[in-house]
Amino acid sequence: MSESAQEASADLDALVATGLAGLVPRPFRVDRSRRETADTVTLTLAPVTGGSLEFAAGQFTMLGVPGVGEVPISISGDPTWPDALQHTVRDVGGVSHAIASARAGDVLTVRGPFGTGWGVGDGEGGDVLIVAGGIGLAPLRPALLELLAHRHRYRTVTLLYGARTPQDILFAEELAGWRGRFDLEVELSVDYAPPSWRGRVGLVTALIASVAPEQTLALVCGPEVMMRFVTTELLHRGVPAGQIRLSMERAMSCGVGLCGHCQLRELFVCLDGPVFRADRVLGLMAVEEL
Amino acid sequence: MRTMAETLADYPFFAGLDDEAMALVAGCATNVHLAADEFLFREGEPAERFFLVRQGRVALELHAPGQGRVVLDTADDGDVVGWSWLVPPYRWFTDARAVVPTSATAIDGACLRGKCDQDPVLGYQLLQRVAVVMYARLQAARVRMLDLYAAPGGSRV
Repeated sequence: MSESAQEASADLDALVATGLAGLVPRPFRVDRSRRETADTVTLTLAPVTGGSLEFAAGQFTMLGVPGVGEVPISISGDPTWPDALQHTVRDVGGVSHAIASARAGDVLTVRGPFGTGWGVGDGEGGDVLIVAGGIGLAPLRPALLELLAHRHRYRTVTLLYGARTPQDILFAEELAGWRGRFDLEVELSVDYAPPSWRGRVGLVTALIASVAPEQTLALVCGPEVMMRFVTTELLHRGVPAGQIRLSMERAMSCGVGLCGHCQLRELFVCLDGPVFRADRVLGLMAVEEL
Repeated sequence: MRTMAETLADYPFFAGLDDEAMALVAGCATNVHLAADEFLFREGEPAERFFLVRQGRVALELHAPGQGRVVLDTADDGDVVGWSWLVPPYRWFTDARAVVPTSATAIDGACLRGKCDQDPVLGYQLLQRVAVVMYARLQAARVRMLDLYAAPGGSRV
């Protein structure tokens, strides 16, 4: 490590001691950019200095491009292999476009990881149901990878995924592999499809089959309206609200609960979330001004 | 060999109907098998039957100018296909095509309407079940109109 890098590392250690390390961006180099869909890529990052970023499935980072800005992006990589930090980014605006356009060798900034995780281990001994909509599969991928790494600890593991069109399906190759496993049930549905599509068309809620309500931990991520409908369906089937977890998205900015941009009444999504128990946020999701 | 009433009892749609009612419905039912890409019905044709998918997948499709054929919805094992048999003018609003080789039970709509006219209790029980299917499809259609998975509006970063 160079002298300047050593100094930077020492500075970072000092900040960690103050508890404000989350405010200091770290440089990460893009190792690989993989195109998922027309507007979405998965970046694999490695730290320029210091160690890898340990994280819990469900956490996010503030990912940035120097001189452009930073945005909250969920970590989409494998929590059991944190050396490769992965983010799946949809190009929807100025900053996300700059991030999604990054190529191997480019340096991005990373703050975090922030927030609560899925708490996948709480489902040990029971069934785990993952329901993802659109880009919502990205924050759930780490949860699924963690489940598969310890598959013997769970009874059934099910992934239900709804996408806009067949072209918008994320992690298509990986999904094909998951569908081929005997210890994982995967169901897929799209909203719009041409006749050449042989899969299902319809809402992801229609994929929810029989569940053993008391033994089921449900992890749900997608647009809020989709999460409300999925939660309603799960509650109707008897799954307790405390066993349904939702990943909320708000305008997270500082990541450490100081700026208030992501406030959801008494909650800070960056600190108290992004993963919440449904009984904690379901009422708030129906309030228009929040 | 299983009787038609026993076959019908496997469908969630008929759950809760008593034996007498099942026997009445069974009198209007036949089993059908469709090859992949074979049509169950076409848009505008008289809606003489409705279907329950035993095994397979059926796509409801429309041709939209400029878009070609579009799949609106699919029906899988246990699902009901079609309610135009119940509502005048009794004509199909969409095409229905077997996506894969499909086994289904076809119910003669005129036959069943006749039995419902003679037995209003049966008619009410069946209408309750059709209403559940229609409600679920309507809710799903409304949510899909929101195009939830499209690129977000508002603050785009």
